[in-house]
Amino acid sequence: MQELLQYIFSGLTNGAIYAVIALGFSILYGATRLINFAHGEFVMLGALGLITLWQGLKIPLAIALVLAVLGVALIGFLFERLAIRTVSRPEPIVLIIITVGASIFLRGVGMLVWGKDAHSAPAFFSFAPIDVMGAKLLAQSIWILVVVVALTFALHAFFKKTLVGKAMTAASISKKAAWLTGIPYEWMILLAFVLSTATGAVAGVIITPITMCSYDMGTLLGLKGFCSAMLGGLGSLWGALAGGIVLGVLESLGAGFLSSGYKDAIAFGLLLAILYIRPSGIFGAKDLHRF
Amino acid sequence: MRTWPTIMNRILKPALAGLICLIGFTPLAIGADAYKIGGLFSVTGRGSFLGDPEKKSMEMAIEAINQAGGIDGKLLETVIYDTEGDPQKAVSGISRLINKDEVIAIIGPSNTPPSLAVKSFAERAGVPLISCAAGITITQPVTPWTFKTAQSDAQAVSAVYAHMKGRNIKTIGILTVADSFGESGKQQLLSQAPNFGIKVVCEESFGAKDTDMTAQLTKIRKEKPEAIVCWGTNPGPAVVAKNAQQLGIDIPLYQSHGVASPNFIKLAGDASEGIYLPTGKILVAGLLPETDSQKPVLQKYIQEYESRYQQPVSGFGGYAFDAVQLLAKALKGADGDRNKIRQALENITGHVGISGVFNMSETEHNGLSPEAFVMVRIQNGTWALEP
Amino acid sequence: MTQSSLHETVRIGLLTGAVAAAGILFDNAYHIQVLVFIGINTILTLGLNLLMGYTGQISLGHAAFYGIGAYTSAILTVHFQFSPWAALFPSLGLAVLVALIVGIPTLKLSGYYLAMGTLGFGMIVFIVFRELDFWTGGSSGLAGIPSLKIGSVDLMSGRNFYYLVWGAVLGTLVVSRRLIESRVGRALRSIHGSEHAAMAIGVNTQAYKLQVFVFSAFLAALAGFLYAHCIGFISPGSFDFMASVRMVTMVVIGGMASIWGALLGASLLTLLPEWLHAFADYEMIVYGLILMLVMIFLPQGLLRGLLDIYERSRNA
Repeated sequence: MQELLQYIFSGLTNGAIYAVIALGFSILYGATRLINFAHGEFVMLGALGLITLWQGLKIPLAIALVLAVLGVALIGFLFERLAIRTVSRPEPIVLIIITVGASIFLRGVGMLVWGKDAHSAPAFFSFAPIDVMGAKLLAQSIWILVVVVALTFALHAFFKKTLVGKAMTAASISKKAAWLTGIPYEWMILLAFVLSTATGAVAGVIITPITMCSYDMGTLLGLKGFCSAMLGGLGSLWGALAGGIVLGVLESLGAGFLSSGYKDAIAFGLLLAILYIRPSGIFGAKDLHRF
Repeated sequence: MRTWPTIMNRILKPALAGLICLIGFTPLAIGADAYKIGGLFSVTGRGSFLGDPEKKSMEMAIEAINQAGGIDGKLLETVIYDTEGDPQKAVSGISRLINKDEVIAIIGPSNTPPSLAVKSFAERAGVPLISCAAGITITQPVTPWTFKTAQSDAQAVSAVYAHMKGRNIKTIGILTVADSFGESGKQQLLSQAPNFGIKVVCEESFGAKDTDMTAQLTKIRKEKPEAIVCWGTNPGPAVVAKNAQQLGIDIPLYQSHGVASPNFIKLAGDASEGIYLPTGKILVAGLLPETDSQKPVLQKYIQEYESRYQQPVSGFGGYAFDAVQLLAKALKGADGDRNKIRQALENITGHVGISGVFNMSETEHNGLSPEAFVMVRIQNGTWALEP
Repeated sequence: MTQSSLHETVRIGLLTGAVAAAGILFDNAYHIQVLVFIGINTILTLGLNLLMGYTGQISLGHAAFYGIGAYTSAILTVHFQFSPWAALFPSLGLAVLVALIVGIPTLKLSGYYLAMGTLGFGMIVFIVFRELDFWTGGSSGLAGIPSLKIGSVDLMSGRNFYYLVWGAVLGTLVVSRRLIESRVGRALRSIHGSEHAAMAIGVNTQAYKLQVFVFSAFLAALAGFLYAHCIGFISPGSFDFMASVRMVTMVVIGGMASIWGALLGASLLTLLPEWLHAFADYEMIVYGLILMLVMIFLPQGLLRGLLDIYERSRNA
């Protein structure tokens, strides 16, 4: 029982991080039908950026958090303007390779700026772990879960209640129709990039106190986030949240009860099974897009 | 509507095409009267924490030899390629070194898989190869042209187990990283355990980039071992240390020599307190007794490295430094003949290096003994020698 | 049609001549080694190009088949004392079998879901290579894979291996050409155009997609077999997710739906890291930038893009 609880706690923490990353994938996919393979690198930039601002430049934590997220969003803005929008033939496969190129480029930049060694930051709060029937729940984990749920609610409200959010949804359904009603869809795409990379940075900053950060941390996190977004159904915010949590908990249970060596294989095996049974994910819409 | 993309199209398209056609095989200057020595290090990518200081140490050692007038009146010239820890890149690197640069000996690669991959190429071409990787399979079984300067994981495991035996630890749980370093460590941990009367009650692994190892530690804790051994390279083991502290695990935690660097203490913070690990003597050079023959060699190396590169010395650059020194000894009087160099390397005994005292022979191409390791404990954020 | 196939025959003839000439001209073993890697990558790229270029299906897990080809042959020769040639058929056969089993459910997916499905499959196979350490040697890799021999001639010596690999490349080119020109090829292009329309006129799209998927897996396994016996050592790292991405990149950079694009893409992306050595720590930045710039300005791939520039300059 104690073990089971501990596996679930650890799975929830990891899952929450996957969920934030998956949110970034879903926002972008919802608005542009694009998967950004450099998304994990934005997580890395957020994490290492925070460490530099907070630990290196000694900026107070709250301000450093905001600056790190804004800084990464600015890079996302530049990425859309300079790379994505200049593409002369924006087919999905072309855009995928551009984002793959961008991920290698950003990793190279990360290596130059932060070096090849890993970095770490102290915990945000120094509360002792909470004891739940022998299992330890970290204050940090609770904080991460709260951030994730709050972020999902905020994004949900943004897309459903605000004019800009509704305009983004409209632009993603039909570019032409949106344009006819006066929605500047190019701005909507730009906004989607900024929002998506900003959530990537949020994932980065909440992960810093619980693990080690290095220039090459993004690839695997991006992959897990992509996997979660798929699991929940691409484009769905709640799907991203559910997908992330499910993946995190399954990984943890797989490592605990079956084999830690095969834990990723277990997670991906389940993903395949779900895709075969429900090809559009747990919460995904029925319509399928192809290249 | 948008003009600048079309302008970019006009200008940049041909420019880009031109650029791609222009970049050719970059020619390299060939010094007429110099011995060429090749280096293969994972300067970037996985294992850059090994390759980067190794490259720097090799360049430093070669420069010192050249300033002293070279060997037999000939200067040494280095050609170094980056393997990125990738066996295929290492293979194209070694064939470039052997066939294009025509080096007389090669130092590296930094990691075990690339070393195993290039080994047969060095053997076939008859070029001495001095690997800087830990894997014991590189020099066991011994093949004529392959040597290595890094301590083997077998010796590190012996040091750990001897320390446990002294503290009467009988059951352990092991947690290894799922890469070649952890894999090789796991094999040694499992195979040597019976020799020390130790029982491995639980074996778990974690991915090199995993962010949380709580699940594995919980599983190990359930088996109630008397100690935990974690075998990996940064940053994973630092996460293990943090997680173990969070879970309130109070049995001794042993780490491997793969994390023997000040950066580990920085990463794990106060979670690193009380951790035991085996390390080459470089980490504790200042603490060694004056009678230790390695002490002056180590202190000289550390002082030179730190003043040259303005950064703290790493525990790993010494592998390449030792390789250069061994090679320099072997080069003397060999007149650039590869076979003579090979034989001379094989006959080196009593060479005091950074990683230990080397005693090579026809059947031993590593030449280090378990004494190359000392056990240390992390105390108040620094290393303390364990008796 | 006949005119173009005549042109193709001439081109393949020219390539054969170029391969033979290069074999004689390049006397440096390093250059030969690089050419061997280009050949192996070309075989990989050709298979994936058929799948991506002609049926519009993406695979982010093709390194799995590459690995199955390499590992099956390596395990059979190292642990079970098979001769390498005897191991060729089981390794190709296993890849085909796995492709069939995986292909049937996976190819029902499309778009990013297909990408994810193949990615997941690739990850699982990679983990199996890593964890079955009893046979595969785990992450440390499997060493001592014997080299290929014909009679008493060791193919690893001199240029023999170069001729073997490029012989296989030429064979693959001819077979791919045949496939594209055939009824199958026309059906494939119809699937790329519109899968629903193809279905409506009676093309069994599932069966055709599966055939191409299996064929590309077969080619990937062949490349893996050659790779294992060329280097004599394999480790899981060579068959991970990034290896699959590299393969897709070769296809797209060279130009999809063109066998010559596959050749160009494989050559360029094999040579690029060799050239970029000079950039040292900036290598990743330059590599990433080149990928982005090529796709931004030449989205149809280098082959088409360069031809366009050539034609424009002639017309101007």
